[in-house]
Amino acid sequence: MHEVSIMTEALRMAMDAAKSAGATRVLKLRLRIGSLSGVVPEALRFAFDVVVQGTMAEGATLEIETVRAACWCATCQAEFECENFFNECPRCHDVSGELRRGREMEIADVETS
Amino acid sequence: MCQECGCGSGGDDVKIGAHTHEHEHHHHDHGHSHGKQTLNLNRSLMEKNALLAERNRGFFRAKKMLVLNVVSSPGSGKTTFIRETAARLGASLRVGVIVGDLATDNDAARLRTAGIPVIQITTGTVCHLDADMVAKAAAQLDLDALDVLVIENVGNLVCPADYDLGEDLRVVLLSVTEGEDKPLKYPPMFHSANVAVITKCDMAVAAGFNRDLALANLNRVSHHAQIFELSSKTGEGIEAWLDYLIKQRTAVNDK
Ligand SMILES: Nc1nc2c(ncn2[C@@H]2O[C@H](COP(=O)(O)OP(=O)(O)O)[C@@H](O)[C@H]2O)c(=O)[nH]1
Ligand SMILES: [Mg+2]
Ligand SMILES: [Zn+2]
Repeated sequence: MHEVSIMTEALRMAMDAAKSAGATRVLKLRLRIGSLSGVVPEALRFAFDVVVQGTMAEGATLEIETVRAACWCATCQAEFECENFFNECPRCHDVSGELRRGREMEIADVETS
Repeated sequence: MCQECGCGSGGDDVKIGAHTHEHEHHHHDHGHSHGKQTLNLNRSLMEKNALLAERNRGFFRAKKMLVLNVVSSPGSGKTTFIRETAARLGASLRVGVIVGDLATDNDAARLRTAGIPVIQITTGTVCHLDADMVAKAAAQLDLDALDVLVIENVGNLVCPADYDLGEDLRVVLLSVTEGEDKPLKYPPMFHSANVAVITKCDMAVAAGFNRDLALANLNRVSHHAQIFELSSKTGEGIEAWLDYLIKQRTAVNDK
């Protein structure tokens, strides 16, 4: 996966927001990453340590919130948590490929000073 | 860092055609501080690419060009398929190509030798093309002399799935020498495809290819996709694909 590209973009968005708010430092970044996004949190952390060097976010904390994937069952008109793209509904056993959550790659918030 | 493809840093080592993509310099404005505060963003990390992709789409639409984003594993036959498509369309539809490659320009050279206008993007350690790279590469092609722009993405079924380039059609290739379960292993890519092409059909028997199983898997994952089966080598099955392409280009022209 493209963890470095993603982390670079997250840092850019965080620093833009911090500068617009008149801050001089980024202390913390919080990301929201879906369990089926393909992004590996460990690789994100590694990338983070590299890309923050020499920026206003140097020394900042990275918090990654994992969003557990969920499928939508049209038969039951309900969601169920899942680990894959195609899953059997635990209630009616129909197979659903309609993912409702789990592909997220988002920046939630930034702590600045 | 990247188990899948060895993807590295974004930016400084990307080369597009004759130009080197410059690394952007960050200007630090040191304004006064307001103490500790939390800024809520709740934004997608892909939003910049999505915006640039929409800009590309609008630009290509204005040029009345049909744009394809061709993706597959390395070696599935993208370059050969694109070369055959362009050659067989001949003067009826003029094809230009943007080709992404991690390191070499072999593919660009193969296409150029066939007389096809081509711009090479060397992505270095980056495992996918993005909308910005495509915009810069397209600016180096004479688009008014083209009807169809084919983008050969980096050989990788993971990362390119997340990057919209502004294409009209995403075309995923699956060769008969790969596993029939590829669609199940890479659902986001196969699910997002508008067209799925089974390539190297001339080798199906030798490769012990289970056609029914491959089609069942494609129908399951790529259920929105138009499916073609062909051989770029013998030309078998390629007519149906060309007919489809011509219809798609007419549809773009009428929009
Ligand atoms: N037999 C056969 N070989 C093919 C076909 N298409 C491509 N190849 C071969 O497969 C190899 C990889 O093809 P290439 O177009 O470079 O794949 P790419 O990496 O996806 O661009 C080359 O040796 C091609 O000659 C086909 O339809 N039939
Ligand atoms: Mg190629
Ligand atoms: Zn159900």
